[in-house]
Amino acid sequence: MASERPLLNPPPLSDLPSPLPEPPIRPDPTAPAHRPTPSFSLDPPDPFRRQTNGASDRLVASNRERELAEIDARVIYLNDPRRTNERAGFAGNSIRTSKYSILTFLPRNLFEQFHRLAYVYFLAIAVLNQLPQLAVFGRGASLLPLAFVLFVTALKDAYEDFRRHRSDRLENNRTVHTLNGSGQFVPKRWKDLKVGEVFRVSSSETLPADMVLLATSDPTGVAYVQTINLDGETNLKTRYARQETLSKMPQNGTINGVIRCERPNRNIYGFHANLEVDGKRVSLGPANIVLRGCEFKNTAWAVGVVVYAGKETKVMLNSSGAPSKRSRLETHMNRETLILSVMLIVLCSVVAILNGIWLVVHKSKLTDTQYFRLKDYSTGVTKNYNYYGVAMTVFIIFLMAVIVFQIMIPISLYISMELVRLGQAYFMARDSNLYDESSKSKFHCRALNINEDLGQIKYVFSDKTGTLTENKMEFQCATICGVDYSAGTGSLYGEDTGYSVVVGDQLWRPKMPVNTDSDLVRLLRDGGATEERKWTYEFFLALATCNTIVPLVLDTLDPKQKLIDYQGESPDEQALVYAAAAYGFVLVERTSGHIVIDVLGERQRFDLLGLHEFDSDRKRMSVIVGCPDKTVKLFVKGADSSMFSIINRALDPEVIRLTESHLHSYSSLGLRTLVIGMRNLSQEDFDEWQSAYEHASTAVFGRGNLLRAMASQIESNVSILGASGIEDKLQKGVPEAIESLRQAGIRVWVLTGDKQETAISIGYSCKLLTNDMTQIVINHNTIDACKKSLEDAVAMASKLKAISPAVENAVSAVGSPRRISLALVIDGNSLVYILDTQLEEQLFKVAIACDVVLCCRVAPLQKAGIVALIKNRTDDMTLAIGDGANDVSMIQMADVGIGISGQEGRQAVMASDFSMGQFRFLVPLLLVHGHWNYQRMGYMILYNFYKNAAFVFVLFWYVLYTAYTLTTAVTEWSSMLYSVLYTALPTIVVAIFDKDLSRRTLLKYPKLYGSGQREERYNTKLFVFCMMESVWQSLVVFYIPYFVYKHSTIDMSSLGDIWTVAAVIVVNCHLALDVVRWNWVIHAFIWGTILATAICVVVLDSIWFLPGYWAIYHVMGSGLFWALLLITTVAALVPHFVTKVFGEYFMPDDIQIGREHEKFWGGSIQTPRSEIQMRTLSRHQH
Amino acid sequence: MSSPLASSSNLDGSDDTSPQQKQSKKPKYSRFTQQELPACKPLLTPGIVIGIFALVAVLFIPIGLVSLSASESVVEVIDRYDADCVPNNMHGKELDFIQNSSTNKTCTRRIIIPKTMKSPVHIYYELDNFYQNHRRYVKSRSDKQLLQPSKEAETKICAPEGNTPDGKPIVPCGLIAWSLFNDTYQFSINSGSIQVNKKNIAWASDRSHKFSKDVYPKNFQKGALIGGGKLNESIPLSEQEDLIVWMRTAALPTFRKLYGRIEKDLNANEEITVVIENNYNTYSFGGKKKLVLSTATWIGGKNNFLGVAYLTVGGLCLSLVLAFIVLYLFKPRTLGDPSYLSWNRNPSASTN
Repeated sequence: MASERPLLNPPPLSDLPSPLPEPPIRPDPTAPAHRPTPSFSLDPPDPFRRQTNGASDRLVASNRERELAEIDARVIYLNDPRRTNERAGFAGNSIRTSKYSILTFLPRNLFEQFHRLAYVYFLAIAVLNQLPQLAVFGRGASLLPLAFVLFVTALKDAYEDFRRHRSDRLENNRTVHTLNGSGQFVPKRWKDLKVGEVFRVSSSETLPADMVLLATSDPTGVAYVQTINLDGETNLKTRYARQETLSKMPQNGTINGVIRCERPNRNIYGFHANLEVDGKRVSLGPANIVLRGCEFKNTAWAVGVVVYAGKETKVMLNSSGAPSKRSRLETHMNRETLILSVMLIVLCSVVAILNGIWLVVHKSKLTDTQYFRLKDYSTGVTKNYNYYGVAMTVFIIFLMAVIVFQIMIPISLYISMELVRLGQAYFMARDSNLYDESSKSKFHCRALNINEDLGQIKYVFSDKTGTLTENKMEFQCATICGVDYSAGTGSLYGEDTGYSVVVGDQLWRPKMPVNTDSDLVRLLRDGGATEERKWTYEFFLALATCNTIVPLVLDTLDPKQKLIDYQGESPDEQALVYAAAAYGFVLVERTSGHIVIDVLGERQRFDLLGLHEFDSDRKRMSVIVGCPDKTVKLFVKGADSSMFSIINRALDPEVIRLTESHLHSYSSLGLRTLVIGMRNLSQEDFDEWQSAYEHASTAVFGRGNLLRAMASQIESNVSILGASGIEDKLQKGVPEAIESLRQAGIRVWVLTGDKQETAISIGYSCKLLTNDMTQIVINHNTIDACKKSLEDAVAMASKLKAISPAVENAVSAVGSPRRISLALVIDGNSLVYILDTQLEEQLFKVAIACDVVLCCRVAPLQKAGIVALIKNRTDDMTLAIGDGANDVSMIQMADVGIGISGQEGRQAVMASDFSMGQFRFLVPLLLVHGHWNYQRMGYMILYNFYKNAAFVFVLFWYVLYTAYTLTTAVTEWSSMLYSVLYTALPTIVVAIFDKDLSRRTLLKYPKLYGSGQREERYNTKLFVFCMMESVWQSLVVFYIPYFVYKHSTIDMSSLGDIWTVAAVIVVNCHLALDVVRWNWVIHAFIWGTILATAICVVVLDSIWFLPGYWAIYHVMGSGLFWALLLITTVAALVPHFVTKVFGEYFMPDDIQIGREHEKFWGGSIQTPRSEIQMRTLSRHQH
Repeated sequence: MSSPLASSSNLDGSDDTSPQQKQSKKPKYSRFTQQELPACKPLLTPGIVIGIFALVAVLFIPIGLVSLSASESVVEVIDRYDADCVPNNMHGKELDFIQNSSTNKTCTRRIIIPKTMKSPVHIYYELDNFYQNHRRYVKSRSDKQLLQPSKEAETKICAPEGNTPDGKPIVPCGLIAWSLFNDTYQFSINSGSIQVNKKNIAWASDRSHKFSKDVYPKNFQKGALIGGGKLNESIPLSEQEDLIVWMRTAALPTFRKLYGRIEKDLNANEEITVVIENNYNTYSFGGKKKLVLSTATWIGGKNNFLGVAYLTVGGLCLSLVLAFIVLYLFKPRTLGDPSYLSWNRNPSASTN
């Protein structure tokens, strides 16, 4: 299930509106429905339309069909690659995912690297430094940091590209069997495959290119395809070869024909083409194409023609990286970076102006002063040496000051942050608490730049199906003909072998046991010929036939026993077919022409005369079957709203009334309901339909619309059979997780496509809603009604607010009993009138006053709209979590998007920033990792600002004693290495390893999460504070050695070394003071870095041509140096220590209390299991 | 700024196109990957805080006292002579005086030794307001030329003192060498002259590795403007110790440089006569010149600052000990009591 690699990018959202929310049936749009004779099918709905929605239905009809304009088409001559490729330059099948070749690597890689602003700043400074007038540092020293970073990144890119080259080569040199002129299949390398070529693929072989199926080993042309590499779905999908081509392959050796298809595009679920063969034109749809990367299963071989090759295949067009978002912290950081830039400019201006003043004051003395020596006499002509007047000098000094003080803007911070996020991502991915055993899916960081946002979330928008629930459907109950069979008193199917199918000497059993209702079983077995039994019979027949499920027979250990595995895209359908099987209607075989059902022990064959696929317009599907008794029946199943509109109410009003009431009670139990209906078709009806169908299916333009209209026409006047209730089970730990999130001050909103009753009942079962909540329900069909109820809701909210002042801060006062909490339930229809209108503001007011918001019947774009409602109006961080294609828009809209790698394919995962297996992992993810990431990153950014500023200030104070000429006592190498080597590693390591609180404490007190929401670890106040600290520490580091050595023989290099060593020790000890949890890694890096700095200084002073030769040895030889280091370090850190102690003891924040609690109240257990934790959560809180 | 290091690939670095799907395995449990490495969690409890401050105080006050006494034990005699060594008639015209090579620049000073100075007594000259760290100045030297005879023409960075007007390289070139300090001191006591040892005044590392014994001064101080002292062209650079000392540029505009050592004790109240050749021009920039006689201890010369700093910090920590004791007594708090958590402190009103 868990594909590790992003093969697909989220598909682009179509802007086409479609009126319906997420349907209760979840068919996969790729579901095939083609059969040879009479060949008919609806084009499966385009998945991207399925996930879009909007206010208007009117647009739908006109835009429904993307027509295949002749000019745009790509023309493929079957088995004639030469002619096919003659005119059009179709891509070959050789792929190239690598970015560089050996020649282009350097320029292209550098070009890409310099897209980053930080590097440009770096480069600009380095270039400035190369001008002889401005050469502050030597060439080598000034280029070192930039070169280092570029080199490391280039090395990484080169390695990645090398791997891509290798895999490209591997991929391109695989072999495929293609048809040659003499009708033989001969091996050929993948890269030589051309569009138009016909090739054969055997079972379990990977497809080399997108191909249109021509023939398969199955006589009816069916092929089963696994698309796990494409979208991660493991279930088999059926694909069909057209009847017209079936007979021609492969015995006859050749085939002639022309395919006209769309240009290459990214839509993996859509394909639109037609095939001209033998003068006949037949249409091709998504069910006829198999994409590169798929594998055939249960199909011995398949022959097809290449339509898209190489980089034009859909999988390649879809392969690009995860979406890029920028974290909140980084945005704020840029604000502070701006402040630092201003500070830098101020510092430089001060130096430049002071230098100007100095020059003016000393003007008369410049000529004779030995250290200035204005005049140059060496050439015979006396002239000024290297002096262009005060103004010019001031300007040059300014630029030089920028070079000298460049690290005021901590460039290395950007690289450090990347490394830290990489490290954090590593630990998140390796966290065994985020590993889902059941689906074997690990946690994945797909976006690497928003780790710390996980610590500041205030709103969670959750999908329901597949996210809160498992999306494993279980048939629970049914109402048939007005009788409710929901007692559930039956036995497990598995214990009762009576419903297995005897085939020869073998026993076939459905794979999944289902609870059966004993009354119903009895009725079916011994019911006689009553009316009731007849309806029940038809009901289960409908369940067994009206679907697109493919039964697969699996071997078991016992050769006499076989298992029937029902494969299909919709879990609802699977549940229904298993249910039908449990009641004795075992679907045994399905081909494109007929269905074999073992009806209560008797094998019956039904001809599949027609099938109208599910689509989100009609919200129902239907089949036309020819029964063994020669009658023709139409079975329909679909959502209640859609079904009641086509049911003939006159037929059986009492049954309809009863069914409606049963449906209501099922919904309130949280069950997903489907209404089943049937219609006996007379011969005239059928003939009329068949001619309409033939007309529609041969139409070249608007075929989909015609087919759809035709389907709607026959799906009328239906009599009701009953309805089914399917349980969508809650995922493990969901109520506890939601409770924890609420404790943590996170508001959980549920956005679902389900019905209001279902949504509310799920809300209750996952503890989102409680009985003491006041529910505000908004479900109206007119704008005025919505407006009115919104106004009422606003009034109600403000009234409650007046009663209980804590409403506004619902976040922190959830637990308080005095509050009356509000829950808002709103449906998609109302949202149509509210979102993007002036009512939005009122909805916002109501919504933030409510503790819980439940949106039901919402369409994918509405989900995004709701996220945007919060995102645009508040500063609060939003997180969207979902699993299906319909959640993609919401996931991309939210600040943080999480994909559940569950049942519904991988589109959500592809669009997400993080992916994981279960909803409950949100708790450790946010409360533990999010909290840690935020704390660490916030501290790291501030620390980096502080440490670089401190060093810059030390340099600045010295400039004041050099006649403002920017001489640096610190060697150029040290000032360049300072931010790269002397101080960078410890902060990175601390930001990866330090933990302010243990996992256990964080899970025990979810409210500790509030620290991130309130931005306690990174804000302007802290920034100002740390700048003050850096000024103080720089003063100490500079002036203590200054006064000690003031009247001495100290030389520049020695004093420079002292300042370097002192500064590095002070900033590293400052970091050490703030480390909470000292493990060996942190020890190693902090002390190791100080040691490394000392070694570096010693090495630099051992190079004879540097001015500081042997200086450090002289300095270290005196006791004064060591006494000086001690006093400097202590004096610099005393204020930090005192404020820290004072703050921690007298104004402790929650984290501090938690830390003490951990230490003194038995927080010593090191390895808590999060599951246990979560179960104990609620108890701890009350 | 987009991510520089993680721009193009996902974390696992798996090949983007390989069709093989890896089933993800459960991450292996280890204390490292679960971030549960054994760790020490120091907490600043009142006891530890008071302990730390007390320790610092206990440590620093004695160190301060020792430093102060070391500084006090240093005997230092300073004699500023730049103003006094200008003849009365030249006051106001100091520049003319100093730049005129024909004036008599000899000047005699008398110094009373306040306390017995144990041998060796270091003789320094102290210049003030002389920016040896000025950018124009600091760079104006050629280390290659000083070390290798073959590189004597490498004088580019020495401009404007690189070459003579007729293009010959100056050895040693550059402003630093050109401005060599050239006042001289002769010491005598009533009984007779005192020997000044000018050997080993420069760093041994400089003599052996920065200044070659094969490089001799050439064309030095022959230009239109004389910056300072001249060099004996028959002595190799490695033995020109005054030059070597001078060329180790001072960090700060006020600095001392070692002139020589008197290797005999000077008794208290002895009067020493110093004959000064007042050659060096500090008048152009208003710098002071001082002659300093000083003994030395581990702390260097006389400097009370370090001792005072230690005593200040030590004293501060002592008072912090008292302050925190008082605070802890008057505002005690049970550490780790959940009732201090923000949401427990005031349940009715919210905290954010």
